[in-house]
Parts: sequence; C-alpha cells; structure tokens
Amino acid sequence: MAQAQIPISHDMSVVPENHPKAWRWYHYFTFNTDHKVIGIQYLVFSFVFYLIGGLMAVVMRTELYTPDPDVIDPNLYNALLTNHGTIMIFGWIVPAAIGGFGNYLVPLMIGARDMAFPRLNALAFWLLPPAGLLLLGSFLFGGAQAGWTAYPPLSLITAPMAQSMWCLSIVLAGTSSILGAVNFIVTMAKLRVPSMPWDKMPLFCWAMLATSILTLLSTPVLAIGLILLLFDINFGTSFYKPDAGGNVIIYQHLFWFYSHPAVYLMILPIFGIMSEVIPVHARKPIFGYRAILSSSMVICFVGLFVWVHHMFTSGTPPWMRMFFTISTLIVAVPTGVKIFSWTATLWGGKIRYTSAMLFAIGLLIMFVVGGLSGVTLGTAPVDVHVHDTYYVVAHFHYVLFGGSVFGLYAGIYHWFPKMTGRMLNETLGKIHFVLTLIGANITFLPMHVLGTQGMPRRVAMYDPQFTTLNQICTIGAFILAFSVVPFLINVIWSWRWGPKAGGNPWQALTLEWTTDSPPLIENWHQLPVLTHGPYDYGKQRAEV
Amino acid sequence: MQRIPTAIWTLTVGVLVTLVAIWVGNHVSLFPEQASAQAPLVDDFFKLMLMIATALFLLVAGTILIFAVQFRRRPGEEGDGVPIEGDFALEAYWTLIPAVIVIVLGVYSVQVFTEMGGFAVGGGGGNHLLMGHQHSATAHLVSDEGESSRPKYGFGGSGEPDVTVTVTGMQYAWIFNYPEGIVSGELHIPVHKTVQLNIKSADVIHSFWVPQFRLKQDAIPGQDTVLRFTATKVGDYPVVCAELCGAYHGAMRTRVHVHTQEDYEKWLAENLAAQNPDMASTVAVNTDHQ
Repeated sequence: MAQAQIPISHDMSVVPENHPKAWRWYHYFTFNTDHKVIGIQYLVFSFVFYLIGGLMAVVMRTELYTPDPDVIDPNLYNALLTNHGTIMIFGWIVPAAIGGFGNYLVPLMIGARDMAFPRLNALAFWLLPPAGLLLLGSFLFGGAQAGWTAYPPLSLITAPMAQSMWCLSIVLAGTSSILGAVNFIVTMAKLRVPSMPWDKMPLFCWAMLATSILTLLSTPVLAIGLILLLFDINFGTSFYKPDAGGNVIIYQHLFWFYSHPAVYLMILPIFGIMSEVIPVHARKPIFGYRAILSSSMVICFVGLFVWVHHMFTSGTPPWMRMFFTISTLIVAVPTGVKIFSWTATLWGGKIRYTSAMLFAIGLLIMFVVGGLSGVTLGTAPVDVHVHDTYYVVAHFHYVLFGGSVFGLYAGIYHWFPKMTGRMLNETLGKIHFVLTLIGANITFLPMHVLGTQGMPRRVAMYDPQFTTLNQICTIGAFILAFSVVPFLINVIWSWRWGPKAGGNPWQALTLEWTTDSPPLIENWHQLPVLTHGPYDYGKQRAEV
Repeated sequence: MQRIPTAIWTLTVGVLVTLVAIWVGNHVSLFPEQASAQAPLVDDFFKLMLMIATALFLLVAGTILIFAVQFRRRPGEEGDGVPIEGDFALEAYWTLIPAVIVIVLGVYSVQVFTEMGGFAVGGGGGNHLLMGHQHSATAHLVSDEGESSRPKYGFGGSGEPDVTVTVTGMQYAWIFNYPEGIVSGELHIPVHKTVQLNIKSADVIHSFWVPQFRLKQDAIPGQDTVLRFTATKVGDYPVVCAELCGAYHGAMRTRVHVHTQEDYEKWLAENLAAQNPDMASTVAVNTDHQ
C-alpha cells in the first residue's frame, strides 16, 4: 500500500533538510501554529473537560439515587446540570470532534502541509481555555442555573454574574467555531493535493465541510441571542423581559436555530470518523460513497429547518408545529442512508475486531436506538407528552453518548498510532469498550420509561414511585464513570511505552497514513500523489 | 447460496420481525393510564411508531450483528473483502422506504394533532370565552391586557368549553382561579366535560403537564396559552411542572381531581360557601349554569 512519492513541480513540495522533525512537549502549551499540535491541544483540552463534565454527572446521579434532595443543595444541582450540558457540548464533543479530529486530520487527509490560516487556527484554539475558565469560574458566583438552554426570564433572575460569565463563555466558544469553520472550508477548497479531485476526498473531509457550512450559518445566530441576553442581564435592556415589552419566545427561536443544528455539528464529524474507521477495519470500500457525502450535505441543509421541534409545547403557532414535524422527520432519511451504508460496508468484509471497530459497531447500534426515539420525538403529538422529560434525556444521551462519544473513542483508537507513533493496548481497549457499552445502556435505557411515566427532566427531587429506575440509572452512571479508568491508563501508558506503530499499522489507504507516525512538522518530505481512491480495499491498486 | 432458501429465510425473518413488532406494540406499555380524550390518540400513534421502531431496530441491529459475526476475520486469513462500492437499486430502495414511512407518520401526526385541538388555538372557543365571561375577575384581567394577550399557543377547540379555569404558574406553585371566584391550589374538574385552561405565568416559564392526559403546555410570561381537554376518568392525577423554573422546580407539583358531575358541583358549592360567605346567593346561579 505504499503511496507513490513522486515529487511534484512546486517549490513548497519538498521540506528542506534542516527543518526540525518534531515538536518538544512544551510546544503543546504554546501558541503553536502546526495543525497537528493544535489538534492534540483540542483533544487533550476537551478530554479534560469531558472528565470534569462527567464528574458533574456523577454528582447529579448520586443526588438522584434517592427521591429527596439530600446530597447537594438544589441550587448547586441546577448549576451542575447547566454546566454538565454546556461542558459536554461546548467543551467536549464540539472541540474534540471538529477542533481535535478536524484539525489533525483534514490537512493530512488532503495532502496539505497545514491549514490555510495557521495563526487563525491557533487563535481559534486559544479562545477555548478562557471560555472553559469562565464556565468553571462561574461556580464562584453560584454557577449559571437556568439549564444549558438558559431560557429567559429564568436566566435573567438567577445568579446574574454567573449567567453573564456563561454567556461570554459560549460566545467565545462560538467565535472559536466560526474561525475554525472558515479555515476548514478554505483549506479543503484550496489546499488539496493537485491529484485529489473533490470526489476522491475522504468522507471525513466531506463531513467536515458540511459541518463548517452549518457552523457558519447557525453559530452567529446563537451569538446574537446570547449577547442580547447579556444586555438584558447587565445593561437594562428588555429584549426578553415580558413586563417591559420583550418577548421570551424570541430567545428560544434564536437559541434553537443554532442549538438544533449543533446536534448535527456534533454528529456529522462523528459520521465522518465512522466512514473512515469502518472501511479500514472491515477491509471493504465504503458502500455508497456518493450517497454518504450527499446525505451529509442534505443533513446540513435540512438541519437548518428543524429547530422548532424543541418548542412544540412552548409558543409555537399550529402551522409551525406541523411544518417542523415533517421537516424533522425528513432528517431521518439521510441519517438512515448513512446507517444502511455502513451496515452494507460490513457485508462481505474481513472485519478486524480492533477496539476502534468495536466502538464503531457499538455506535451503530446505540445510534439506531437514539435515532428511532428521535423519530417519535419529532412528531408533535408524542412530543407534547414527553417533551422536557427523561424520555428526551434518554434520547439525546443515546445520540450524543452512544452516537458521539462512541465515535470519538473509535477515532482515538484508530488515529492514536498516527498521532503518537505508538499502538494502544487492545486488551485494555476491549475492557473499556465493554464497560462503556454496559454502563451507557444501564444508565440511559431506563430513562425512556421514567420520562413516559411522568418524570420531568432537570429535577433534583422526584416522586418515590420512580426510585428503582433512578437507582438503576445511577449504578449505570458509576459503571460509565469507571469505564474511563482503563482508557486513561491505556492512553498514558501507551503514549510513553506502547509498541511502535510505524507509518500505517492498519494498512489504510487515506493519505494521512502515507507519512510517518507521528507525522513530521510539515507532514511530508514530499507532497504525496494520489494513485487510488481513499477506500479502494480489495481492488487492484497501483502498487509502487 | 441457493435462491429458494434465501427467499424462504427472508420471508421467515420478515414474518417473525413483524410478529415481534406487533406484539411489542401491543404489550409494551411505557405510558401511564389514559385519563383524557386526547390520551388514546397519542397512545395509538405512539403504538404504531413503537411497532415500526421495533421492526427497524430488529432488522438493522440484527443485520449489523449477523454481518459482524459472519464476516469476521478468521485466524490466518489475509487480504481484503469483496470490493463492492455501491448498488443504485439498493440505495434507492433504502432511501425511498424510510421516506415513505416518515411521510406517512408525518401525515398521521398532523391528523392526530388536529383531533387533539392543535389547530383550533384561540379559535371560536377562545374568543367566546373572552366575551362570555366578562363578569369574572380573571376574564377582566385577560381583556384588560388587550389583543396581544389573546391565546395564540396551545390546544383549543371550537365552541364554548363547559368549564374554564385560569391557571397561574409561579415559583413553585400552580394557582387555579375559577370564574365563580374560587381560588384553589389544586385543579378540580368534572369528568367528560370540555375543560379549558387559560395558562399564565407570574414569573418565569413553567410547563403544565398531566402525564395521564398526555398534554403539556408552557406557561409563558407575557403571553397567555390555552389547553383544552376532556378528562375521561374519575380520579386524581399529578400536575407536573416540566420546564426548569428554579431550584425547587422538582417540587412544583400539585394534583388534578377529576370528579363526577355531582361531586364537582358539591365541591364548587362547598368552596363558594367557604371562600365567599357573603355571596351565598350566587351558588344557585352558578350551579344552574351547568
């Protein structure tokens, strides 16, 4: 599978001999402009926030072990639920999937030396630590307590200082996303190796393209919504104050216009990861390359027209409930196309059960559950009953934990050898997978029943009739928390002492595997030339 | 693989999956008891979706697991799998089938929603209400706020409701105002009568939810909402606040008591006498109204 290494006639195509080969550890704590450093900065930063957000979830589940609010103060509970949601979205999944994998992989996959705007890229990352500090610092002021949705008027009257910090934090994170999105689009449009046409670009890059377009269209709207909220809290304006002529529903429209597409922002890069991991480990060409890339673009487009399904029980005119019921249901079609395509990719393969592949298959099954419950939620009549209940909590954890976190793990197991030059331990990886799968299902499956039976979400106290199911969920959450331990041991140990990976341990065909592991600073000695498609497994390839 | 056995297998699996899906749809009940006229509509719709979801889950997850086992790399095996890149007919098939399913579900949900009163918000009934009950204190409040506060959101219906109650959500309680002047912390309604709730909020957004009625409507500050329904079963059910409204959001609970007509009238009379001792004469008038 050696790649043809034909030098192309371009001055920048050859790295000079005196170029430094690798970065030192302390370069990872600086304003470094190398996309690989930035990618790893994103991944490590976001994983730290995953652990912090996870800890918050464990404290909340401990509180919910009994019906009474007896472990922590209800104000603190609300601060935890707000920050758990915020951190998991803006501190973990989005930065890990888009910032981490996107930055690390996109230039490598298209044969570029770096992103189009390296300094902008570094700037985008360095907006995140202050955003994270603002969120964590808000606990000194009581913590934002209005949920990650921060609906006014509640967000206007509880913990104003903390809520302002929360708004600023999200605006910073949003700015970071916008800068990143511009960078991805230009990078893919301009820096692909000359031998790579659009229809040979790996599907991960297509997913990142769809993600970036969606980010550019939706994130500014969230920023507007939050800045107005900030003004209402601090400067006496009344955009959302009903007693002064404001309208609380407007905020919900602005918020969800971003925050529903945010779901696709989180899931599209993961779909991209799936489209890379599955063919490599199944040794098959991806089934339906064009179907998968066009479904990404369709999701990107239709995803902009579904936000009102979060507001079926709020202030929504009847016609809107119907329009958005149908548009929401339509998203199921391109998503289904992807699931079917990955399933078909397995057919006739020679599947290697690496940890990456296990997480990918785990994701498929978890995501089917989340997708099917999503269809029921998308229809207005059922949504009216289960909206704002644990059914919704169950649904989005199947999608965002089963769908996103499994995918991030699959990606980490798959690209860790490329990033660090060392292999992860497979036994620990499999223990990690089994614990995660069991933990996630024990935690989130009973929540469907809790919700339909009558337990609202975001409560620190509940009716005693729900005790048993809540205790099962809590035990599942402990298993899930513990499942991180083998992973952490594995990553730390393997990064230092794992067996050497070599350039292409999985015999994969995308360009990132044609360079060293870890890749040198400018990625290649000589820019690669495409001799076959990204997924040409089992086909006659031009071996060089 | 020979042709005939494959067809038989497919047929058998199809029949089995269908049977399991139908069984699950009919026997797995995730919902609490039905206590409103709207509940069976929602439940039947959910039952259909549960059947479809079960069938799809069994097919997709089953296929993934079978492929995952069947096409695993055996020890000593080398090389790649079969280089199949796609199949237009198959892809068109699995795009069209889900598209048809979701369009059917979409149309069905519009129909259910219409029957639930989702399209009659602020319609005939709502306007009648504003005019018909001008004499009551709560109606005055509504009309004083002018056109903008006429309910635009929620569930309505045509004609005048049998009972109208103004519901006010506040941290952390529900207050129910009856046109007769009764103020209560719990909702009392007669069974089999059309009840219209005019929902207001005194502070932040709350959400009025009775799980047994399958109905929920947010209480939005500055914009009244309506919820019209018919309780079908005598009993008492929880009223839950479903929208995060502060630290004690989880404690914002009360009950809705569904009475027989006689019990309801008795409750009205008792409370009128208790709350308005000098207005004893109005009792007769108001009960007459029913």
